Amino acid sequence: MKNNFIDKKKYQDTVEKMSPKTNIFLNCFNAFWSGGLICVIGEFITNYFLNLGYEIDVARTFCSVILIFFGVILTGFGVYDKIGKFAGAGSIVPITGFANSVAAPALEFKKEGYIFGVGAKMFLISGPVIVYSTLASVIVGIFYYFSL
Amino acid sequence: MQKKIRQQTIKFKNPVYIISTSSTVGPKEGEGPLKDFFDLILEDSLYGEISWEKAESKITKETFARALEKANFSQEDIDYVISGDLLNQNTGSNFAIRDLNIPFFGIFGACSTIGEGLGLGAILIDGGFANNILIGASSHFCASEKQFRFPLELGTQRPPSSTWTVTGQGSVILSDKKNQDKNKKLPCVTAITPGKIIDLGIKDANNMGAAMAPAAFDVIYSHLSDLNISPDYYDLIVTGDLGKIGHDLVVKMFGEKNIDMTRNYNDCGLLIFDIEKQKIGSGGSGCACSAVTFAGYLYKRLKDGVLNKILFVPTGALMSQLSSQQGESIPGIAYAVAIENHD
Amino acid sequence: MNYINAFWVGGLICVIGQILIDKTKITSARILVLFVVLGCILGGLNIYDKIIDYAGAGACVPLPGFGNLLANGVKEEIDSEGAIGILTGGLKSASAGISAAVIFSLINALIFDPKEK
Repeated sequence: MKNNFIDKKKYQDTVEKMSPKTNIFLNCFNAFWSGGLICVIGEFITNYFLNLGYEIDVARTFCSVILIFFGVILTGFGVYDKIGKFAGAGSIVPITGFANSVAAPALEFKKEGYIFGVGAKMFLISGPVIVYSTLASVIVGIFYYFSL
Repeated sequence: MQKKIRQQTIKFKNPVYIISTSSTVGPKEGEGPLKDFFDLILEDSLYGEISWEKAESKITKETFARALEKANFSQEDIDYVISGDLLNQNTGSNFAIRDLNIPFFGIFGACSTIGEGLGLGAILIDGGFANNILIGASSHFCASEKQFRFPLELGTQRPPSSTWTVTGQGSVILSDKKNQDKNKKLPCVTAITPGKIIDLGIKDANNMGAAMAPAAFDVIYSHLSDLNISPDYYDLIVTGDLGKIGHDLVVKMFGEKNIDMTRNYNDCGLLIFDIEKQKIGSGGSGCACSAVTFAGYLYKRLKDGVLNKILFVPTGALMSQLSSQQGESIPGIAYAVAIENHD
Repeated sequence: MNYINAFWVGGLICVIGQILIDKTKITSARILVLFVVLGCILGGLNIYDKIIDYAGAGACVPLPGFGNLLANGVKEEIDSEGAIGILTGGLKSASAGISAAVIFSLINALIFDPKEK
């Protein structure tokens, strides 16, 4: 009689116990200072454009565009994923992370052509962001319109 | 002349010689502890092609050619080729084999492919259906990431439980007779135990070792009890790509059945990389992990006589990106292949 | 002071993301969606602008700032154009960011090839 039966629940608990945990404190520390640093760079760019005499909204738009540019170009040079390994959410949450999420699949699926490869896959990760932020903004708009 | 032993093991009556192997690996594997055992270490894993997928096919094609060359065979000497990989619809193998003039069985066993191939190949030879069979399995880190996970350039962290897909291909030629070194002992496939699909509900695609470990445990346990032997019978029991976590889970599961696996049990995913130094996470994975470790390292160790009897247990995780997105758990499979030196 | 506030508030928002990733095993793609939607809701409730007043780029640069931009855009557009602003406001305000990401990525894909890891 074979007794190679393993209890499912018990096994899952064992796996949970035996799997190594990520060093959440270290990860958070790295995310904190690298994310903070990107924001400081953003603040610097915004101030630069304010000093040139632009309105605050325009200065902030310039700031976003420039950070997006750097997010994309660092992705192209194959550097952004290395930053990401170290910084984690520190390089995902800033707008540069959004730029990376657009640039990375566009680059990866280049060999599948410019329509179904680059064009279609570009929104593999950022597509849902645009979809649900649009939804959220419309809902905000509806509430705002009827509360006027 | 019953060749099937008890529930699920096949014991071969005729010798099934492993007369030649060949292995190719990518640069990262070439920095690992087994680097001296591989036939070819690529300088870059694109290998002069325009895509990762094409590179994988080229690696397969050339490694097959080298295995034939080492056995002094031409294509006409091979009856069938059995091959598989991780790419959708097995294209890594298909596009490599379209230029060969040999009948082809394409198989899919995820990362256990080389075990499934060795099993089926040995059955064909022992049954008298073929004289020489060419078997191979391949995987490619970049192509797998692209297909199963996220684009390479996306800045995400790999959890410590994740495994690293091995880039490379391992080829093996099985034959009913020796063609070189006629007086020397050669490794033979003596028995196989095809595994059952075992799924204990693990869903984390970053913890594949844990998903596959129960399948490895089940098939090793069945193999030992079908043949009525203890783990000590083998010099080495080696699973395919369970990595550190899966390895420890297998040891623990056997421990609970009062069977000691701490002495002669290892995992290809732990052999091929130095997981601390190379920052690999839990270990190597992919079809090539077990295939190149066998074709490169284990086969040479058998031929040298350092090892005489091994139980080679490639393991596979049978999920797809779609099944994971639909919330399915990860079913595991494993094939136990007994390989012993024979005259 | 501006820079210090930007640093710690921006860093803190990233830490929240990191805790979510490590504790709940949600993927980075879901983090992006979650943070933008959250920013949009906080923007709708007029909360996020207060954080921006304090932290500047520390709140603008992280993704909730992008969501907030959409919320503000919708409100401004409704104020000036009426009901149609519900549909036009959000994406209009996000257009610079999205266009930049798309165009830069496209050019980027023309120039570079994915690199081996």
